[in-house]
Amino acid sequence: MGLGAYVAVSAALFALGLIAILSRRNVIYILMGIEMILNAANINFVAFNRFGSMQLDGQMFAVFTIILAAAEAAVALAIVLNVFYLFDSVKPGEADLLRE
Amino acid sequence: MKQELLQRIFYGALGLLTLLAFGVGLAAAGGEGLAFALFAVMTIGGGIVCVWERSVVRSAFALMSTFTGIAGLFVLLEADFLAMAQILIYVGGILALLLFAVMLTPPDLGERKLSRVAVATAFVGGGVLWLAFEVARTAQWFKRGAPLDGRAEGPHGSAERIGVGFLAAEQYVIAFELAAVILTVALVAAVYVARRKRADLEPEKEGA
Repeated sequence: MGLGAYVAVSAALFALGLIAILSRRNVIYILMGIEMILNAANINFVAFNRFGSMQLDGQMFAVFTIILAAAEAAVALAIVLNVFYLFDSVKPGEADLLRE
Repeated sequence: MKQELLQRIFYGALGLLTLLAFGVGLAAAGGEGLAFALFAVMTIGGGIVCVWERSVVRSAFALMSTFTGIAGLFVLLEADFLAMAQILIYVGGILALLLFAVMLTPPDLGERKLSRVAVATAFVGGGVLWLAFEVARTAQWFKRGAPLDGRAEGPHGSAERIGVGFLAAEQYVIAFELAAVILTVALVAAVYVARRKRADLEPEKEGA
C-alpha cells in the first residue's frame, strides 16, 4: 500500500474526530474526538517516517504525542468529574460560573 | 421502532462497505492490501460508530476498535514498538479512563441530534474532501523507501533503536526528561483535582 492510502485513512479519522467534537453536546464525546484527531496525526507521523526512509524521528514524535495524550486524558477527565459534581451536567455549555 | 430501523440500515451499510473495502484491498495489493483494508475498516468504522451511537458506553467501545486498528496500521508501517505502546496506553489506559468517566456521569440518550451530526458531517466532510483533492492533485508522494536499518539486523525491530534514541545524549534525552516531568506533574495534578471535595468547589456565598 502506498503512502496515499495511509494519509487517506488519517484524513478520514481526523474528519470523524472533528465531527464528533462539533456535533455532540457531551464533554466525553469531545474528549473522544480529541483522541481521534491525535491518533490521526500519529498515523501521519509514522507513515511519513516509514515511506521517507528517515531515521526514527517520526516515530519519536508519535511517542511524544502518545505521552501527551495520556497526560491530557488524565487531567481532562479529572476536570470533567469536577464539572459534573459542580453543575450536575456534562454539557459544555452549562459550565458558566464566571458569568455571574 | 424508527430508531431500530435506522440502526439496522446503518449497520447494514457499514457491513457492505466493509466487504467492499476488503474486495478492493485484496484486488489492489493482495495479502498486504487485505490486512490494510482490515485495519483501515477497524479504524474508520470504529470512528463512524463512535459518532453515530447514542450511548456513550457503546461509543467508547467503538473507540477501542479504532485504537486497535491504528495499532495494526503501525505494525504494517514497521513500527512495532509504537503498535505495542498504542495498545498498552490507548486501549489499556485512556479507554479505561474514558469508561470510568462514563460510569460516573448519567446516560443521556436524547443528546445525539441527527440533524446536527448531518450538518457537521457536511461541513467537515466537504472541507476535508476539498483539501484531500487539492493535496492529491499537487503532492508528489514518496515511493516506498528502502527498508529501515533495523530490518537488516534481524528480528530486533524498532524498539531497541527507540530506546537508544531516548537515552543517547545527542538525540532525545532532553525531550525524554521533559516528557517524564510533564507526566509526573499532570498525573499529580489529576489526582489532586479529582479528589477535591464538593465543599471546596462551591463558590463562597455572600455573607457566609
